[in-house]
Amino acid sequence: MIEYALNFGFGCVGLALLFNLWRLVAGPTVADRVLAVDTMAINAIALIVLYGIGRATSMYFEVSLLVAMFGFVSTVAYCKFILRGDIIE
Amino acid sequence: MLKRYLPHPLLTLVLTAVWMLLINSFSMGALVFGLLLGIVIPVITSAFWPGRPKITNYRGVVEYILVVLWDILVANVIVAGLILFRRADRLDSRFVVVPLDITSSEGITALAGTITMTPGTVSCDLSADARSLLVHCLHAPDPQGVVDDIKSRYERRLKEIFE
Amino acid sequence: MSFILEIIISALIVIGGFFALVGSFGLVKLPDLMTRLHGPTKATTLGVGSILVASMLYFWLLQDSFTIHELLITLFLLLTAPITANVIAKAYMLDHADPDKDLPKTGGVEGWATFDAIGQEDDVDAPTTGTEPARKPVPEL
Repeated sequence: MIEYALNFGFGCVGLALLFNLWRLVAGPTVADRVLAVDTMAINAIALIVLYGIGRATSMYFEVSLLVAMFGFVSTVAYCKFILRGDIIE
Repeated sequence: MLKRYLPHPLLTLVLTAVWMLLINSFSMGALVFGLLLGIVIPVITSAFWPGRPKITNYRGVVEYILVVLWDILVANVIVAGLILFRRADRLDSRFVVVPLDITSSEGITALAGTITMTPGTVSCDLSADARSLLVHCLHAPDPQGVVDDIKSRYERRLKEIFE
Repeated sequence: MSFILEIIISALIVIGGFFALVGSFGLVKLPDLMTRLHGPTKATTLGVGSILVASMLYFWLLQDSFTIHELLITLFLLLTAPITANVIAKAYMLDHADPDKDLPKTGGVEGWATFDAIGQEDDVDAPTTGTEPARKPVPEL
């Protein structure tokens, strides 16, 4: 039962990552690409957590926590670079 | 005395709770180390936290969090419906301006975050004198209704908490 | 009993996957960045949130190992999603929106903070790539 749901989830999140990749390549503005990367990080978290359920191990939570943090920090850093031309003032 | 060694009691509690969540299993040693971190970090960094909002209305905080969590659920269904079933050229998206009555900067931050997480609205910018908020709506045939909704539902509650 | 639990966990996983997909689909379908922002900030957060809750229930009820880690990630995502949306909107508006034509007036004397800062007129045209970036004063509250 859970296996079928997991397969469905893998399919959905994989397709979502492809959509994000399309937006990352197509643009057209820099802000679109930053948004695409941010959404990709969130979808990657979902994928890692699903994989953790599938393997029945809680080893992967640190990975998803780190991806969440780096995704957030890198998005803010990108936007700050666009806004101010500098990251650390 | 107490203010010197416990400059931010809430921050101490939050840091301890986060440490316990990271450890992911309860043990006395982890709790003591978490408390140690929760006491040492606010003392070291207290220079970076000059003011602190005085929150006394804890009942209001709980009520606000519940209202916002429910609205996030509803917002997700509404936005998913708009994305899936409405043609992009029939979306009535626009900017609206929300004049602010609330003046505390923590309150404005919480309000802007709440607006972004709730139905079809994203807060984009604050006016330079912090008197009005620029909000983008995904589908708003009635702009004045959106502004009234935000003011009566969220800003009134936040005013009770922060002021 | 465990069958009902399996149904609940599977339903949460399916809902999560569905919302994650819808949020990213909005990113492709909607016409410009300001509308595109709505999809990921809302749908994706609930999508990942319900997958995390499913994982918590799974390890807690079916594997008998109590984990509460996922709550931390969910809280972190709920707190950071508005901030990323706000900085992305500001970064977009700085380049692609004209404060006189595209945006409504503030209703006060001062303009929007991304374009006008108190005491720094015509700040927008100042070079932002120099060694001394244009710093905006924090408004007195």
